[in-house]
Amino acid sequence: MGYVNSRIRKKDAMGLVTGKPVYTSDLISKNALVVKLLRSPHAHALVERIDTKAALLIPGVVAVYTWEDVPRSRFTTAGQTYPEPSPYDRLILDRRLRCAGDPVAIVAAESQEAALKALRLIKVDYQVLEPLLDFTQALDNPILVHPEEDFRPLCPVGADNRRNLCSASSFETGDVEEVFAKCDLVLERTYRTKANNQAMMETFRTYSYLDEYGRLTVVSSTQVPFHVRRILSNALEIPKAQIRVIKPRIGGGFGAKQSVVSEQFSAFVTLKTGRPACIIYTREESMTNGSPRHQMELRARIGADREGLIRAIDLYALSNAGAYGDHGPTTIGLAGHKSLSLYGGLEAARFTCDVVYTNTMGAGAYRGYGATQGIFAVESAVNEVAAALNLDPCTIREKNMVAQGQTMPTYYNEPCNSCALDRCMARAKELMDWERKYPARKLDNGHIRAVGVAMSMQGSGISGVDIASVEIRLGDGGFYTLLVGCTDMGTGCDTILAQMAADCLDCSIDQIAVRGVDTDQSPYDTGSYASSTTYVTGMAVVKTCQELREKILAAGARLLGVSPERAEFDGGRVFLPADGREVSLTAIGEAGVMGDSRALSATQAHSSPISPPPFMVGMAEIDLDPDTGEVDVVDYVAVVDCGTVVNPNLATVQTEGGIAQGIGMALYEDIQYSPQGQPRNNSFLQYKIPTRLDLGKIRVAFESSYEPTGPFGAKSIGELVINTPAPAIANAVANATGLFFRELPIKAEDIALGLARRDGG
Amino acid sequence: MFTAQEYARPATLAEAYALNQRRGNTIIGGGGWLRMGRQRFHTLIDLSGLGLDNIKEEDGRFTLGAMVTLRQMELDRGLAGAFGPLFVDMAKHIVGIQFRNRATLGGSLAARFGFSDVLTCLLALDCEVELAGAGTVPLPRYAQMPYDRDVLARVILHKNGRRAAYESTLITHTDIPVLTCAASALGDSLRVVIGARPGRASALDGLSLADGPERAAQAAREYFSFGSNMRASAQYRRHLAGVLAARAVRRLQEVNP
Amino acid sequence: MNITVTINGTRHTGEVLPDLPLLDFLRGQGCLSVKRGCETSNCGLCTVWLDGAPVLSCGVLAVQADGRAITTLEGLQEEAAQFGAFLADEGGEQCGFCAPGLIMTVLAMARELDDPGEDEIRAYLAGNLCRCSGYQSQLRAIQKYLAWRKEER
Repeated sequence: MGYVNSRIRKKDAMGLVTGKPVYTSDLISKNALVVKLLRSPHAHALVERIDTKAALLIPGVVAVYTWEDVPRSRFTTAGQTYPEPSPYDRLILDRRLRCAGDPVAIVAAESQEAALKALRLIKVDYQVLEPLLDFTQALDNPILVHPEEDFRPLCPVGADNRRNLCSASSFETGDVEEVFAKCDLVLERTYRTKANNQAMMETFRTYSYLDEYGRLTVVSSTQVPFHVRRILSNALEIPKAQIRVIKPRIGGGFGAKQSVVSEQFSAFVTLKTGRPACIIYTREESMTNGSPRHQMELRARIGADREGLIRAIDLYALSNAGAYGDHGPTTIGLAGHKSLSLYGGLEAARFTCDVVYTNTMGAGAYRGYGATQGIFAVESAVNEVAAALNLDPCTIREKNMVAQGQTMPTYYNEPCNSCALDRCMARAKELMDWERKYPARKLDNGHIRAVGVAMSMQGSGISGVDIASVEIRLGDGGFYTLLVGCTDMGTGCDTILAQMAADCLDCSIDQIAVRGVDTDQSPYDTGSYASSTTYVTGMAVVKTCQELREKILAAGARLLGVSPERAEFDGGRVFLPADGREVSLTAIGEAGVMGDSRALSATQAHSSPISPPPFMVGMAEIDLDPDTGEVDVVDYVAVVDCGTVVNPNLATVQTEGGIAQGIGMALYEDIQYSPQGQPRNNSFLQYKIPTRLDLGKIRVAFESSYEPTGPFGAKSIGELVINTPAPAIANAVANATGLFFRELPIKAEDIALGLARRDGG
Repeated sequence: MFTAQEYARPATLAEAYALNQRRGNTIIGGGGWLRMGRQRFHTLIDLSGLGLDNIKEEDGRFTLGAMVTLRQMELDRGLAGAFGPLFVDMAKHIVGIQFRNRATLGGSLAARFGFSDVLTCLLALDCEVELAGAGTVPLPRYAQMPYDRDVLARVILHKNGRRAAYESTLITHTDIPVLTCAASALGDSLRVVIGARPGRASALDGLSLADGPERAAQAAREYFSFGSNMRASAQYRRHLAGVLAARAVRRLQEVNP
Repeated sequence: MNITVTINGTRHTGEVLPDLPLLDFLRGQGCLSVKRGCETSNCGLCTVWLDGAPVLSCGVLAVQADGRAITTLEGLQEEAAQFGAFLADEGGEQCGFCAPGLIMTVLAMARELDDPGEDEIRAYLAGNLCRCSGYQSQLRAIQKYLAWRKEER
């Protein structure tokens, strides 16, 4: 033992910091065709006529494809386990354009210059239709986003394309109305969150070619290589057996790359032309036709008694799928399950939701996956209840938070096996010096310092759905190859899994070579999303190591001529405690590759019937300038219970990065559309993610519980950490100003003008 | 990204001027903002061969070549000696040092963007621009002129005892500003400049420093016109104009002339 | 147009179009550490040195670099590994896509500023965006690297 819970450097770190060419665009062959998309200028239109003749005359232009050239089977680009809950509502190119930027034509050319020239010369006659842009008006609106006959939901998610409905559902435990009737206080508030772009530094990109066997090989920056294989098979109408997907290093994902965004275009060109092809999304394309967070409007009703005991919560969420339903039916569920379940003493709870189509950018998966929106609403509403009852917002949480040993009725009745939320709260208060700083104080320069708090939970994988398999081979040098199908996107899972394997196999981490992901060679894994990798794939590693240890022991014993029961394996050798005879791991490895022996390997799969939540408390200290309304988050304290911390460095950086993204969502990231539905935030100039000048201190601490179903007691961390900044900052702003902001982002303008109004200015 | 057929690095200002007369040609300056358009140019004119990349101080004035970078202005000791932290305050929010190492004074002024920190700042001082064709023009007049095909060669900045302070509000610290403000005083005579309204910066002269910050704030709110865009409403900009003007004036009052 | 540039100490002569960004020219010359992250000069991923000063190679035309010296991370491998080790020890490189641009700026700062404080470091690096890390681990690594460098001198 020794690697788990220690600060191990990522195995690929030195390669990355010295700038090695390891990303998709570094691997493209020089003769690959450049693929570019002609995109719709209109939010809602039909292609009446399209003339590609002039474009095809440009030297270097190889092909121009339109809706008439692509397969006619609808599919979803959501990277989910089959049958996907996301409706099959897309084509590679469609005659009907459902949002600004929807692809109209695919150009393949020998050079970027030729491709761009061709885009300018394609003549399209559009029948411009009135767009449906306001998602609160979408349900049963006469404008239909998906009027097509072949719209096809595979799962019973409540979809009805004749009503612009992507999904609808509800659940209730207890009788909410009956409990509300008995409450001293029932508070109802509506909260609004916008779409957010993941804004990973590497935009969407794919490189494809036919390999020496004539199979389609797709090198792509993806979180879900095996899902990409299936989705491409659906989209291109070719067997999965004809497709190989390779994931090189990825320049960030955060959920964006849990959807097929660029793969289908490059792959289609390669299939049609037989040539290598590549598509690299511009930042503008990534920003305006990516796979952002779902915009939501949430109505929370909370019933409590005078002492601050929360008795019932009723949450209604309306979610904007945008033009396509990717991840629509699934993100919405988390808005309920992962917000309501923070409160353990509820006598009743209800969650109702609708997901609607509009002519805005199709949404997707973004870290937090609906939980972020739900937690903003519920945590903000709890803070308003606390204010109404004149209670410290920490106190109301201490009275009501979920605790270890409880069953969580709003979380599929799963048991709360591991939970240190109470310790997280105590530690956060201590680190923030909450008792002294709450609620606010005025500085000499007129600014106000104030603090705010929120809690968060997430899951660890999708219970009963996610599956991870792992293979470990013993090589002839006495080293191991760890083959995984999960996708390290910078998070360090390749290293974390190697840490676990090294501890399970009692060896040095340098003895473990990690390899992922190539769908021809890697064992099946649903992919890295839903906070699954450490918990689900980690457990598969533990099981695989167990099996391999037994095989090594048996092989060693055979070489020593004894039965395995008499021998022991200590990681370096198999030996006989009785007489000290031994055979080294190297010798066992070498024996496996000669004569009639065989190389040792083990493979195990893991799936979990439950999805144990990690928990955390986040506290923001802000500096608010009441004249300009500007808010600086000067200090953020995050205390996290992710079970056993496998790699404290990586878990810390995950937390710091998630908090930073959450701060961006809370204060800056503000997706806007023109009145005709063109997205205005088409660049890093117009979509402002935090720079290092915008962030103060972020302090991270861990209060670990032990999750009995997780590897070494671990749970997830990746998504959990994005959820607290928005409600905690809103709380701090309320404590500074007395004004409650219920819509994100909380803008300096609204604060300044709100204060001016209040003060009669 | 723009496209171009030719690139020229003229050896004389006259040559640069002649080249720039042709429609479709353009001066590239640092190239930072230009790239964001999708224009198609014929010839790109690079002024880097004209020795316009330095800051000279003589006879009570600074002469700054058009190719002086924002980073040079921010680090120049002469400018700092005369104007204190003014140019650091002006430049520090502009994207990052890599950008400011290339972005030029000439490009910043010639573009006359509404959000220009440089234009706001220099309008608070007493400046002229030297144009290859039209000769010397006071900066306030240049700021209002329509775009033409002249070539901005130099900026002359008078060191006449005028002091200035710079303030701006941004959504993130390196965003383009929601509002910019510079206030300057020559004796008691106070000038307030407001930019990113979101229209071009312009100046209000004839105020009195002795009247204090609140009077300046009121004047700024009343005198200037404001509009709305993605970043802010006209109402917020008007509010901020008062806040920033008061702050700048307060800073001028704090430092003894 | 024909240009001659020195890339990481080696002279290169080549024919380029007048509108070719230096970024694409350098990638074409095999300097694949240079990354593109945006089209608006906002991200800092493509930072290289032009005559020793950090600039955005997306905003410089290859023709403008004629006769000048360019340095990319390929030319600073030893220093990249030295600073990079501190970054790796914090887990701060994460996806790594912004790392070359960040490191080019950090190494320029180490030459330009003597013993910068926390605020100076943040200001100097403000033009380098990162979406993974929240910047804290980068700051820790930079401070440790600068302290180590001071001791080495």
